[in-house]
Amino acid sequence: MTAESAAFWTGGEKGELRIYRCKSCQRYFHPPVGVCFRCRSRDVAPEPVSGRATVATYTVNHHPWFGDAFPTPYVIAIVELAEDPETRLTTQIVDCPPEDVRIGMPVEVEFEHHEDVWIPVFRPVAGSVA
Amino acid sequence: MTFVGDKAVITGVGQSAVGRKLGRSGIDLAIDAALEAIAHAGLRVDDIDGVASYPGPVQAEGGFVGATTHEVRDALGLRTTWVVSGVETPGQLGTLMDAAAAIAAGRATHVLCFRAVCESTAQAAGRAQALTNVAERARGHAEFRMPFGAVSAANWISMYAMRYMHEFGLTREQLAQVALNARRNAARNPKAIYTAPMTLDDYMSVRMISYPFSLYDCDIPCDGATAVILSRRGKAPDTGKPPIAIEAAGSGLYERHTWDQRTDLTTMAAHDAAAHMWQQTKLTPADVDFAALYDGFSYLTTQWIEAFGFCKHGEVGPFLENTAYYAPTGELPINTHGGQLSAGRLHGYGFLHEACVQLWREAGDRQIAKDLQIAAVGVGGGPEAGCLLLRRDS
Repeated sequence: MTAESAAFWTGGEKGELRIYRCKSCQRYFHPPVGVCFRCRSRDVAPEPVSGRATVATYTVNHHPWFGDAFPTPYVIAIVELAEDPETRLTTQIVDCPPEDVRIGMPVEVEFEHHEDVWIPVFRPVAGSVA
Repeated sequence: MTFVGDKAVITGVGQSAVGRKLGRSGIDLAIDAALEAIAHAGLRVDDIDGVASYPGPVQAEGGFVGATTHEVRDALGLRTTWVVSGVETPGQLGTLMDAAAAIAAGRATHVLCFRAVCESTAQAAGRAQALTNVAERARGHAEFRMPFGAVSAANWISMYAMRYMHEFGLTREQLAQVALNARRNAARNPKAIYTAPMTLDDYMSVRMISYPFSLYDCDIPCDGATAVILSRRGKAPDTGKPPIAIEAAGSGLYERHTWDQRTDLTTMAAHDAAAHMWQQTKLTPADVDFAALYDGFSYLTTQWIEAFGFCKHGEVGPFLENTAYYAPTGELPINTHGGQLSAGRLHGYGFLHEACVQLWREAGDRQIAKDLQIAAVGVGGGPEAGCLLLRRDS
């Protein structure tokens, strides 16, 4: 965790997904860093977003890279934020059987608390799984 | 217009033994490759005055760094006027491009370029475990992948493949053809690791790694080293084989260095690098006689096929179904040595080596029968890519 990423990893304590936004061009970006890669403004800071997103793509991981730490299979996804679809997060899809995950599926954030971090993962919006 | 004014040409190549668990050090393999390449170029060791390698002494586990520039320079007692290594390059061939530029700038005359890996032996010894030590917190951009279980390039790249499949209808059966082509070709490469015939049924039934990638979509960690000699044009002795010119080099990287923020997830940095390459030449994709296309994962080859313009964007599925087209007897043979999928993960340099031996007609049983003059070499995946258009002198 860095000075820039602390908001991302700890926002979940208050139920907030915090993503860096440029005050100059109003666009979001991720991962967090102290300058906007589009307009190069230094006037950037984390802001809470709605936590709603769409699955841009995903994979079902079957290989036990982590031993028992991550039981397989699990779904890794890239999701597009509702506020700015060009800003994406790599995350996990939870509360959904892997075979039901779809590209385009609406999802919403929830947080998994480990030690001093709240890891933002995403679950299907109620009623979005066929 | 030829890269760096046609002042640097490829004059020799060499390769160590390649295999699983060879039980030899990376530097030992690198020396084998270097000495073979220097002799192949008709040079003496004392003629080498520059060394370039990938990735240099980076912190990495599991034999990723087989040998560094300074280790080889020291082992061979080289007196150099220019050296480099680097991992923040446009693909694994990036420092080789730098070597050509250094020669053109007068900083060196004969540069030894190499890549050595010792991943099979290291992983057998258990050192890969450190990669997956969850107790240690991830740093850099890995901070935004590791906590979600996205530990491997298999995960990151499979998500690109899923998006492409979703948009363009690429199927696993079509993707399988990359692996099947590699396995067929590996049967004629005496250094290839896996040569037993593979069927589509074998591919479809093998265990899944990260859907849609199964075990056979992933390359094979191995031990081995490859070396390439770049010389100032006219400075290498006549070895009876014409020098290979670098017609163009693609090093363009036009998007952020991430695995998830690229504007179009159905393209990769390969598309940027290839576009940059084609800007430098009057040649077109139709002029290419042979292609050596990175296949750390099967899907990466599909991206290079598109990036180089061998098919239109979105049409690689039907392209792959026409297996005769890219077989050794076809119009555009691809990965005649078996790629990293079957011949072993020599990490980019294996493709350049194959392109050179094919152009020099030194490929033995797997030599392409038709006349060859132009080869395209594309190396890298995700946000990392670099490519070369090679032209054998007549």
